[in-house]
Amino acid sequence: MQDFIRLFFNLEVMAQTLPLLMQGLWMTVKLCAAVIALGLVGGLFLALGALSHRRWLRWPAFAVIDFLRALPPLVLLIFIYSGLPFAGLAISPFAAVAVAFFLNNSAYYAEIYRAGIQSVPAGQTEAARACGLTTGQTLAHVVLPQAVRNVLPDLLSNTVEVVKLTSLASVVSLAELLYSANMARSLTYNASPLVLAALVYLLLLWPLVRLVSRYQRRLAA
Amino acid sequence: MSRPMLEIVALEKTFGELKVLRDINLRVATGEMVFVIGPSGSGKSTMLRCCNRLEEPTSGAILIDGKDIVGCSSSALNRMRLEVGMVFQGFHLYPHMTVVANVMLAQIKALKRSKDEARERALAMLDRVGLRHRAETMPTQLSGGQQQRVAIARALALDPKVMLFDEPTSALDPELVGSVLAVMKDLKDSGMTMLVVSHEMGFAREAADRVVFMDGGLVVEEGPPEEIFANPKAERTQAFLSRVRA
Ligand SMILES: Nc1ncnc2c1ncn2[C@@H]1O[C@H](COP(=O)(O)OP(=O)(O)OP(=O)(O)O)[C@@H](O)[C@H]1O
Ligand SMILES: [Mg+2]
Repeated sequence: MQDFIRLFFNLEVMAQTLPLLMQGLWMTVKLCAAVIALGLVGGLFLALGALSHRRWLRWPAFAVIDFLRALPPLVLLIFIYSGLPFAGLAISPFAAVAVAFFLNNSAYYAEIYRAGIQSVPAGQTEAARACGLTTGQTLAHVVLPQAVRNVLPDLLSNTVEVVKLTSLASVVSLAELLYSANMARSLTYNASPLVLAALVYLLLLWPLVRLVSRYQRRLAA
Repeated sequence: MSRPMLEIVALEKTFGELKVLRDINLRVATGEMVFVIGPSGSGKSTMLRCCNRLEEPTSGAILIDGKDIVGCSSSALNRMRLEVGMVFQGFHLYPHMTVVANVMLAQIKALKRSKDEARERALAMLDRVGLRHRAETMPTQLSGGQQQRVAIARALALDPKVMLFDEPTSALDPELVGSVLAVMKDLKDSGMTMLVVSHEMGFAREAADRVVFMDGGLVVEEGPPEEIFANPKAERTQAFLSRVRA
């Protein structure tokens, strides 16, 4: 029991490695910000493409969404980081992770937006167009606000997944939270930094998860 | 008859194989209220929706104050839609905005009015339909009749030349119908040109200048309300009216 506490819940080791972990956390936060922002924008464009009545827009959008959803994100990441240099395209670990997960998440956000937009009754668009609004204005002021509100829990849920996904970045030696914790573990021969990292993830995501289930309960009511 | 405010010329509309409108010709004079009646599926809504091109006509012309709305560019279409107000059976208010914001949106985005100007105009229009005191409410807090009056205010705020109504009272509880019809009567008295699809026969008798009976994508008969209701000439009109009255 003593050993267990010393190896997993060693406060001294935790305090000692905390600065390293905080650096890792900062990297995770930057990564999440980039992937979430890019994913929300990319996903919107993919969704609009998939819902377009122009076939030459709709089909490619569907193909891209399906392809990205079927491809494991780790495969995509390693291909971009280790495969592309063979084509003379070497990029930094941060850029590789951001691009790989942006692509992956655009597809998921796109599916959520698509469901949201389809949940807005056609009469809303008709009323707006009848008042002389353009397609873009109708989308921006009438359809999207309602669509996003209708799928907010799913958007939040997916955002939680994004945060979890970024821990895969440790594979390409990007010093985010998990990588930093694992480094601290090997330096201290102690598992406590990993426990601490898990706690940080929990602290970060638990409020979001709570929020999601509150929303879901409210929508169900 | 003076130059018509709305003129439908040889309008045809097909959905795939289905011919819904065949050669519709109709003129609505400035300040006139024309009622359109007819059985379900006769093409009344489709005709109305062609007048602002929510539905794309297959052929024919639709003149709003002399200008053809069919075949104009999409930017010209958005401008012309400002001249054609439309009121739907299901209201279609924007549920995520307050009542006054509903009435302001197109004024700001399509007419490019300033916020203050749009707000002032919106409040004046809400006053006209008797709902100024509900300006800051969300639409879902209102009764159906109130929602429909807001929808009318939303259309009026854009200063349209013609108003189209597609069964404006069909979704309402009977006790709420009167308030919407009163607003429409007031609109008619102020000189608005109106094309109304509705089966409110009593109101048609009282307020309409002309009644048009449609069936099978054709105008079968038209005339003053007394005449159409009391002495319909066409057999199909007689059959329809006896069914509606039964
Ligand atoms: N978008 C569409 N695609 C295919 N068919 C359509 C479409 N819209 C309408 N129709 C068909 O066109 C015909 C006329 O419909 P319309 O809605 O104009 O009739 P209506 O006279 O308004 O009937 P109601 O009194 O039931 O409202 C119907 O047979 C309908 O099924
Ligand atoms: Mg109809």
